[in-house]
Amino acid sequence: MLDGIDLDVHAGTVFSLLGPNGAGKTTTVNVLTTLMKADSGTVHIAGHDVATEARAVRALIGVTGQFAAVDDLLTGQENLQLMADLHHLRAGEGKRVVTSLLERFDLVESAEKMAATYSGGMRRKLDLAMTLVTRPQIIFLDEPTTGLDPRSRRTMWNIVRELAADGVTVFLTTQNLDEADQLAGRIAVLDQGHLVAEGTPGELKRLVPGSHVRLQFTDVLELDAAARVLTGSTRDDEDLALRVPSDGKAKSLRALLDRLGEHSIDAEEFSVHTPDLDDVFLALTSHASTEAIAQ
Amino acid sequence: MSATSAPLTDSRIMLRRNFKHILRNPVTIFNGALMPVVLMLLLVYVFGAAFNVGEHYIQYATPGLILLAITYGLSATAVSVNSDMTKGIINRFKVMNVSRGAVLTGHVLATMLGSTIAIAVIIGMAFALGFRSPATPLDWLAAIGIAAAAAFAAAWITVALGMAARTPESAGLTVVPLLLLPFLSSAIVPAAKMGQGVRQFAEYQPFTPIIESLRGLLAGTPSGGYAAAALAWCAGIALVGYLWSRATFSRRA
Repeated sequence: MLDGIDLDVHAGTVFSLLGPNGAGKTTTVNVLTTLMKADSGTVHIAGHDVATEARAVRALIGVTGQFAAVDDLLTGQENLQLMADLHHLRAGEGKRVVTSLLERFDLVESAEKMAATYSGGMRRKLDLAMTLVTRPQIIFLDEPTTGLDPRSRRTMWNIVRELAADGVTVFLTTQNLDEADQLAGRIAVLDQGHLVAEGTPGELKRLVPGSHVRLQFTDVLELDAAARVLTGSTRDDEDLALRVPSDGKAKSLRALLDRLGEHSIDAEEFSVHTPDLDDVFLALTSHASTEAIAQ
Repeated sequence: MSATSAPLTDSRIMLRRNFKHILRNPVTIFNGALMPVVLMLLLVYVFGAAFNVGEHYIQYATPGLILLAITYGLSATAVSVNSDMTKGIINRFKVMNVSRGAVLTGHVLATMLGSTIAIAVIIGMAFALGFRSPATPLDWLAAIGIAAAAAFAAAWITVALGMAARTPESAGLTVVPLLLLPFLSSAIVPAAKMGQGVRQFAEYQPFTPIIESLRGLLAGTPSGGYAAAALAWCAGIALVGYLWSRATFSRRA
């Protein structure tokens, strides 16, 4: 499933593993967090080998999986208390940790309600709060905002930023480019089990050369005519659009429009695009599903 | 915390968690505690007179109903075990270094606690409906011991069944044979009154010696043979359940 993944994450930073559905993000997290054994290769977490020193690794890490692993029949407070008990915190300290996490994650009002009644956003918050009970130095977040509404997503982003500010190392997987761009200092792009790129958001954006002009037409005849005239362009028959490579400077744009005018071709819409992470993602992942892009 | 006390502490924490699950699920309470009572009322007041077992029917049926009180609570355990495995919380426990055995023993202990309550309810109900027993305190103690052994065996085999099932929905169904077996034993009517084939099955299946040993103890006429057979069955079933649970657990988690 995974092949030749070589990652180097520095302490106290946010690292994002980006990839479409089925790229192997969760498998990577499972290997890094001792939940799954790799067939070959080595993983060291804070100097400990995950294969031979699983206990030591587990003592340092916290994992919030893709599906909120909360106990539905326990209340929010009881869920946190369960974590404190299993972590063998003293009664007084456990209570203090639980109370402070409920406050920090804005769950005080729902603390006495069963987790089954929580909204998606609240479940994710509770899930992450449960992970923090053990005060991990390294936190793995597997698609922490998938399925969340924009407001809950922003809340989650702020929490991740706070964690990083406190010196916690965050390993985040996402299929949301904006999320990786917003949070991570470094991003690795994973596709079908292979690492296809790694770098800062800026470095990745530079991987995709040039900006382009997008022309939108009202009928297929216009599109045909334009495609004939503008060599080197790529057509999208479904959207009746044409993508023309361009440096985006006024001079070349004027030349492009002049050429359309010469052939009496009229475009319904004309827009200039500079590369963003979406382009990087599409360029790098061969099987980028439309679903992943839509997010 | 020390390395040796952790599994015990963890088991206690898991017991509390799993028992809360039992208390908070109305279906579990209904199946585990009320269903046996409903069955008792049906058997004693609706069918009992027609069965003609040679004594007042409540005298005959109580030992079998004690067994039913154990088995009717089992589907909730199977579902709960399976949900732990399939809904991600097991990964949380693993990453927290929770003693692996504690996850299993927590379910077994919570199930036994549930069984104990259901048995207490059914015995209380039996006395309210006219059940009388000449058993000595020692007989009662032995009867409680056999019931506890049966509950222990049933809990382990249920944990194994729940763990082996693919989904929580199918896990609930895996215990159906355990619910039906008592009806094909001497629980409701004597095996001697059953047809060919069924009778032999009833005579040799594990529930019959368990029920007959309880019946003997509660009637003040204990039978060592039945008790030994009952305990042997319980030990065997518990061992199979334990080994099977452990094997599935290390494969799945």
